[in-house]
Amino acid sequence: MTTTTPRPALHRPATDRPGPVPGSDPGSDPALTSADAYLRLVQAGPAAAVARRLGLPRPPVLRRHVPGAPLVEGPVLVLGRGAEADALAGLLAAAPAAGGRADGWDLDVHRHPTEGLRYGAVVLALTGLEHPGDLADPVLALAGVLRRLAPAGRVVTVSRPARAGDPPARAAARQAVDGFLRSLAKELRGGATGNGVVVADGVDVLAPAVLGTLRFLLSARSAFVDGQLLPVDSGAGTLPADPERPLEGRVAVVTGAARGIGAAIASVLARDGARVVAVDVPAAGEALAGVANGVRGTALALDVTSRDAGRRILEHALARHGHLDVVVHNAGITRDKLLANTTPDRWASVLAVNVEAPLRITEHLLAAGALTDAPRVVALASTSGIAGNRGQTGYAASKAAVMGMVAATAPLLAAVGGTANAVAPGFVETEMTARIPALTRQVARRLNTLQQGGLPVDVAEAVAFLASPAAGGILGQTLRVCGQSMVGR
Amino acid sequence: MTPSSTLGDPGTRVGDHSGAVPGGTRPAYVLGGNRTPFARAGGRYAHASNLDLLTAALDGLVARHGLQGERVGEVAAGAVLKHSRDFNLTREAVLGSALSATTPAYDVQQACATGLEAVVGLANKIRLGQLESAVAGGVDSASDAPVALNDRLRRALLDLRRARTPQARLAVLARLRPGDLAPEAPTAGEPRTGLSMGEHQAITTAQWGITRAAQDELALRSHQRLGAAWDAGVFDDLVTPYRGLVRDANLRADTSLEKLAALKPVFGRGLDAPATMTAGNSTPLTDGASTVLLGSREWAAEHGLTPWAAVVDAEVAAVDFVHGEDGLLLAPAFAVPRLLARHGLALEDLDLVEIHEAFAATVLCTLAAWESETFGRERLGLDGAFGTVKEDRLNVHGSSLAAGHPFAATGGRVVATVAQELHRRRAELRAAGEDRPVRALVSVCAAGGLGVAALLEAA
Repeated sequence: MTTTTPRPALHRPATDRPGPVPGSDPGSDPALTSADAYLRLVQAGPAAAVARRLGLPRPPVLRRHVPGAPLVEGPVLVLGRGAEADALAGLLAAAPAAGGRADGWDLDVHRHPTEGLRYGAVVLALTGLEHPGDLADPVLALAGVLRRLAPAGRVVTVSRPARAGDPPARAAARQAVDGFLRSLAKELRGGATGNGVVVADGVDVLAPAVLGTLRFLLSARSAFVDGQLLPVDSGAGTLPADPERPLEGRVAVVTGAARGIGAAIASVLARDGARVVAVDVPAAGEALAGVANGVRGTALALDVTSRDAGRRILEHALARHGHLDVVVHNAGITRDKLLANTTPDRWASVLAVNVEAPLRITEHLLAAGALTDAPRVVALASTSGIAGNRGQTGYAASKAAVMGMVAATAPLLAAVGGTANAVAPGFVETEMTARIPALTRQVARRLNTLQQGGLPVDVAEAVAFLASPAAGGILGQTLRVCGQSMVGR
Repeated sequence: MTPSSTLGDPGTRVGDHSGAVPGGTRPAYVLGGNRTPFARAGGRYAHASNLDLLTAALDGLVARHGLQGERVGEVAAGAVLKHSRDFNLTREAVLGSALSATTPAYDVQQACATGLEAVVGLANKIRLGQLESAVAGGVDSASDAPVALNDRLRRALLDLRRARTPQARLAVLARLRPGDLAPEAPTAGEPRTGLSMGEHQAITTAQWGITRAAQDELALRSHQRLGAAWDAGVFDDLVTPYRGLVRDANLRADTSLEKLAALKPVFGRGLDAPATMTAGNSTPLTDGASTVLLGSREWAAEHGLTPWAAVVDAEVAAVDFVHGEDGLLLAPAFAVPRLLARHGLALEDLDLVEIHEAFAATVLCTLAAWESETFGRERLGLDGAFGTVKEDRLNVHGSSLAAGHPFAATGGRVVATVAQELHRRRAELRAAGEDRPVRALVSVCAAGGLGVAALLEAA
């Protein structure tokens, strides 16, 4: 963010390890617990009973990633028939480093529902659908275990996209998954989410990006991702040696890193093993220094809209860290006004920071030939850029522009195994949204399936996933982190 | 990794020279710097202690250069206005910073030359191969200054602790008078003359016939140049905001000769000559801290850092301002000629000249002394005048009149700023296909008639 409100340093390293990720534990962070008092109020006691009786929203406390915690809490049910379903189930069940094409995930995998068992996750392997009627078996099997899905459980579909050249019945079956999944996600309770991977024809169901996406969606890292279907369009990407440290050895630049979502991104990337260059405007230098020291990275004070920003970022990364692998275009501003009341300055500054700066910086890095080893560009879009928002014509234009930008940038990086993608946050608890009037804020928070705002760490987890080596087959997509907001797709 | 960061336990040194000839010398470089914006006393940092400020400056330096958890060879810094509890100020700041807790530190104090002397001392250790890396610094808070007990009360309280019987204690208390309870506020007065620094400078100003107009012009230029440097982003890599302050609070880039001329003189009003020194052409009391990262070429390469400038040499001088004819702040007029003579250099061989603006008149008196045939012959032992400093080489990014002067922090501010500028100028030369040594002089006057000068050369 490029606002100039000062804030004390986030944290200071006490040990060799990066500090805790800000916002990863809402129970211990006073800034975050105070943000949604209603959510805490209705968790238990008389308030919970009153809320239940009145039919008021009772948002669940979401499970978030803690290094070392199990991928899924409980057994995993893999539904669906065919060789690809078997291959997926086999991989999930196999012991780590059991040989074969990928290390096994060592999960407690079941292929058929067992009476009375509480499942941590259900995976629907639907790549073999040929007719809408094929959906009935796996879907009805899922229906039988839904009430036994653990809190913060996961339902993940693995399917293929409907294409114009398909036989109509196959296309119908494949497209059916979309509507089914989005509706199912709205029925899940207790912090459980429903998401899907859509694997392009010709891409192996065990391709790195499919496995990377499946792991992300099953894990607590995707806490606030709900009702989303993420396409995997190529077999590119590599699986990390250590799934806990997928960014080991990578150098990442994060713009707007001094506070909020940017600071959380810096922390999560560092936790996942990256060396971080934290960038923000000189005026935000105090908070930026705190972030850089917290993640054991380097601080670079510059305005991303300056003409030489790309050159300075590259020089700094190469001199201090030897290479540059991940660029996170996070810096963004809002200058909300109805279009009739906007001024040329407001319009121009929003576009300049949110999309023109990322365009120019990426262009410089590409022209300099600096991105050579499976680079990842991740940019911050917004649900406003998808659904639109009154008073945000400029902001929404800039965020939709970001989505167009990554779609067109991904092919430019393909030759070196790279890709570009975007993350579109919905309502996230930040300093920015804390300034929304209280009642409006309360309503905005509840307008999604999870009935709460996301935390900066939720956005950061999605960014880290798209920055990971496994995400190489995700090409120019925009991943929503919105708790399945009611607006947009 | 440097040998010093991998070999042995803290404090052990095992063949730790990487390029240095034992007992010989090698270059020591300025690799970077970081300071807080400087605040006017009683402003944004009114409740920040020296320890807070120095720790913040260190943390900003660590963040800029990625030194978290690093064992730097040594950190030396100091403060002029210092609480007695801060006897280990620098070490405490290191312990509170993101540096490794095994980084050694010591305090330096040489009045306003503290920061520059810290740079010189540590650079010498690097040149000798005793250190691979170091951080020099300085801090002062005129806002959070110590308030001392009246000497009579202090002695009485100490005696009271030593008294063993009730009668003895009563006897001690009976010595006290109401007037003894008044605290002693800190002053910028010289203990031997009782005159404030401003009054001393006023005498020297009159002695050298420096006009009000010349002083105001120098002050205006300082503000304009510092403002332009901020606008050009010169300080993006030199300053980290602190407590909401993002620029030097004393800076008045839009001031004018008319505004400066309207100010009433505050020093020298009791002299026969007209009083010329105002709040506009004198430095205000200021709060702030600065740090400078120093290292050998090898250490810099291992940390991906580009040397900005070598600290080539330094010279200290002192004048007998109590009995002699020289002004309190005129010691650099002697230190600089000695320093340059040692290297066979003249003033015109310097691309940049930094003369600390304690007062506009301090700079002008120094320049006048160097331009004086008589001073050159009689005081410096030269054939004639020492030389002239071209206006476009003097304090090119402004100096203390505009930035403010937190006493011990000024040396670090000047060294980091001028080293970066040296590096930029040499890079420009090389880009144009030329190359030659690019040199800077840094001179700082100090209380007690002291002066320190240092010679830097672009790396």
